[in-house]
Amino acid sequence: MIAELGHFALILAFCLTLPQAFFGLVGAHARKPHWMRVTNGAVAGHFVFAAVAFACLAYAFYVNDFSVLYVAQNSNSALPTFYRFAAVWGAHEGSLVLWLFMQAAWTLSVAGFSRNMPQGMTSRVLGVLGVISAGFALFILTTSNPFERLWPAAVDGRDLNPLLQDPALAVHPPMLYAGYVGMSVPFAFAVAAMLEGKLDSIWARWVRPWANIAWMFLTIGIALGSWWAYYELGWGGWWFWDPVENASFMPWLIATALIHSLAVTEKRGLFKSWTLLLSITGFSLSLLGTFLVRSGIIESVHAFASDPSRGLFILVFLGLCIGVALGLYAWRAPRFRSQAGFAPISRESFLLFNNVLLVAATGLILLGTLYPMFLDAFGLGKISVGPPYFTVAFLIPMLPLAFLLAPGMHASWKRATFERTKRLLLTLFAIALVLGIAIPLVVYGWHSVLTLVGVIVALWIAFSSLIEPLQRLRKRQSLSASVLGMSIAHFGLALFILGATIVESHKEEADLSLAPGQSTEHAGFVFTMNSLREVECPNYRAIESEIVITRDGERVAMLHPQKRIYRVQQNPMTEAGIAGAWNRDLFAAMGEPLGNGAWSLRLQYKPMVRFIWLGAFVVALGGLIAACDRRYRQRVAAEATSPAAAADAKPA
Amino acid sequence: MRAIVVALMLVFCVQAAQAIDAGPAFEDPALQARYERLGRELRCLQCRSETIFDSNASLAVDLRRQLRELIAEGKSDDEIMQYMTDRYSDYVRYKPPLAPRTVLLWAAPILLVLGGVGVAITVILRKSRLPEDDPVDPGLGAS
Amino acid sequence: MWRYLLPVGIFGVLIAFFFAGLGRDKQTLPSPLIGKPAPEWSLPRLDDPTQVISSKDLAGQKYVVNVWGPWCVGCQVEHPELMKIASRKAVPMIGLTVPQGALVDKQGEPLPLEDVWSEMQLGLRWLRELGDPYDVSVFDQLWKTAIDLGVYGAPETFLIDEHGTVIHKHTGPIDMAAWERDFLPKIAPSRSTGG
Repeated sequence: MIAELGHFALILAFCLTLPQAFFGLVGAHARKPHWMRVTNGAVAGHFVFAAVAFACLAYAFYVNDFSVLYVAQNSNSALPTFYRFAAVWGAHEGSLVLWLFMQAAWTLSVAGFSRNMPQGMTSRVLGVLGVISAGFALFILTTSNPFERLWPAAVDGRDLNPLLQDPALAVHPPMLYAGYVGMSVPFAFAVAAMLEGKLDSIWARWVRPWANIAWMFLTIGIALGSWWAYYELGWGGWWFWDPVENASFMPWLIATALIHSLAVTEKRGLFKSWTLLLSITGFSLSLLGTFLVRSGIIESVHAFASDPSRGLFILVFLGLCIGVALGLYAWRAPRFRSQAGFAPISRESFLLFNNVLLVAATGLILLGTLYPMFLDAFGLGKISVGPPYFTVAFLIPMLPLAFLLAPGMHASWKRATFERTKRLLLTLFAIALVLGIAIPLVVYGWHSVLTLVGVIVALWIAFSSLIEPLQRLRKRQSLSASVLGMSIAHFGLALFILGATIVESHKEEADLSLAPGQSTEHAGFVFTMNSLREVECPNYRAIESEIVITRDGERVAMLHPQKRIYRVQQNPMTEAGIAGAWNRDLFAAMGEPLGNGAWSLRLQYKPMVRFIWLGAFVVALGGLIAACDRRYRQRVAAEATSPAAAADAKPA
Repeated sequence: MRAIVVALMLVFCVQAAQAIDAGPAFEDPALQARYERLGRELRCLQCRSETIFDSNASLAVDLRRQLRELIAEGKSDDEIMQYMTDRYSDYVRYKPPLAPRTVLLWAAPILLVLGGVGVAITVILRKSRLPEDDPVDPGLGAS
Repeated sequence: MWRYLLPVGIFGVLIAFFFAGLGRDKQTLPSPLIGKPAPEWSLPRLDDPTQVISSKDLAGQKYVVNVWGPWCVGCQVEHPELMKIASRKAVPMIGLTVPQGALVDKQGEPLPLEDVWSEMQLGLRWLRELGDPYDVSVFDQLWKTAIDLGVYGAPETFLIDEHGTVIHKHTGPIDMAAWERDFLPKIAPSRSTGG
């Protein structure tokens, strides 16, 4: 019954997207306020039914309703309750329901926080979001119904993929989807502005908080995915340049470019058509990611079970949405040319370089990811493009970007002379240079020039991101949330660069065999295997070893790596044992039994690895703080400068 | 029928247990480092998204053994890669060799960065000749 | 203003590629051996490991090498079709039996024959119970020949000509349709297909 209710709610949710789209777009075009008001009702109704559908699916998982095919395929009565809930988005169908629900939540928030905006604009934005929701709802209903019944009902479920039975991965998809879906909001604003034929700096002020929040969710989602891969896949790597990882990274890069370009559009009324293009591209790459993951068009460990008919649906949807938006762009963007200029050395120039380098990085990841497909389509054979390519290629745009960051943060608008900050920046660079060479050499020893470059630039960014907050604090000046958020985000980026550089340069790993009672030395630590024992859990059984780590005779940590066999799917899984500290991880993963109680083990020493995720979360925090700036909640005083907005605000 | 085979192939790949050797393959750390680097540049054809160094698929195990033998025989990196591509085509290399068909791929980072910088410079040159403020929309920078 | 049309143009090209790529087979990889001399091998007979068969014994004629193993489910799917193909007796068929991964000890040294024998028995029992489509079967304990042939998943089927050149490879279970479409035309010029 609940499943049918959920299905019915899905159908109603779809039906309500139609008036949302129609009255939103047509109402604004025909300037009929009462039509436009219908949109808000449709948005609220759509949210309610999307939430009901989501709740019904979650309930079916909660009560182990194995007469629902999707539940039977992705859950099991022995699965802990928390993972039964996470299993809702554990596979294709459910993850789309989550997507739809997220879309509804974003749309509702836009409707709720739109009091500052003229009704016509809000209405168009909601209309565009309605079209997107309609597409996804239709996609679920026609190709991926999660409420399909299984007759006769299964006695028990086939269990959630053991890889997904993990707290970080339970939270990773909602965060990532919140980011993907969030990118639809700047997209909708861009399309709305093009439809209206008017785009000014106030528009940019409306979009900025939404772009920031979406970007923040993307950051967190990607960081969680990387953290999960680090300890759960058991390989100790944190980024694999897998096509699916790339698919999530590309929207992030574009969103990063977008939040910077929006700053220029808001503050200076410049880069308007470029901002539009980035808004459209960001969402297209989100959709493209979905397409790549679900169509089976590229090979990846993370890909969903592929299905060409689903791929075709997303492709057509992608083509329509983005094709129309880009067509509109070709038609309307020439109107938005600004007549203002800036000096060659100015914040505008720095942000322009930021943007072209980020877009270049996105372009080469896209090219690398799709290159095998291009060659195959031309009949030029099959090749693979993997980590050895991306790690080299990605640094080429990123290194100059990192070096431009410190001066860029302190460049003033229009014309930058660096009068006040020149000496400070150079001093900080000198300090970063000395420390960046000395610290890695003293602590870790020589690795390569690139290592030193990475540490130097990280320190320079970290120091110079603190200049402004500290100066204002000292002079007891107020610090806006925008500036604080920017400083924090850049500081987080510095932490990330530091962690990534050090761990990639100085990690040490070794495969070896160890039996209870035996010890080995690795990276200056002594690893002793104390014992092996069997562990029985409701949904898996495991062999667990206890490994004590000492240094100079003092106990540092105790690890309990496991080799698990999940009962239902009978997959062997490696559960690594990790001892974390602020400056290093010690990592042990069990391989195979070698007889006589000995096991093959992989031991890893990962210096500064936590700075990677710490940095990412600090970056996300910066984004959140910047989005909370008071000015986004205020009605723009300069409204009078934009006649159309003023006219719209008056009752018709 | 193809679907069955694909499904079966995937069964071998979902095991999320990475390959862990019982000990270093070589006493000499330089050889061991080469072994790990080459192993990470080779793609496993059974578990398509893993390197043969990381994969536990039987083919990866066999190719690792083959790789160890080739290194022990004193073959150079190029000879080893040639050995692998002779049998498994360029698909096996995660770092595609420079060839006419991959020129664009390898030139892309430089081309994209240079192109981007070129565009940026053009825009900056044009903009530096314009007045600082647009009277129609001066931006909200001051507020 | 062509530059404003550039994004939609690039996007259109991308979509066209995706469209073309949707139905394409991602699993099958082309063999780099086509048109090249087949690797030389000499391997023990599955039914009598004391006898060694080598590729030289087969020189001067076209023949088929079918790589399979008793552990391989795709081979089970393929087997009835293979029996039908074999009954036509178009060319000699060599069964290259492989274990699921090389049979070596923890140090990577080949296991002695007595430890390998049980594995070979599995293959022999399969042929006894389900029927033997092969003119002769050999056993590749170390996957050496299989790797030389670029095998990445059984079953795989190779067609080799009089000069020892690989002229066709089929990946995955073979069936009558594939045999008639891809193999027979390449066999026909020197031998009649009647049978």
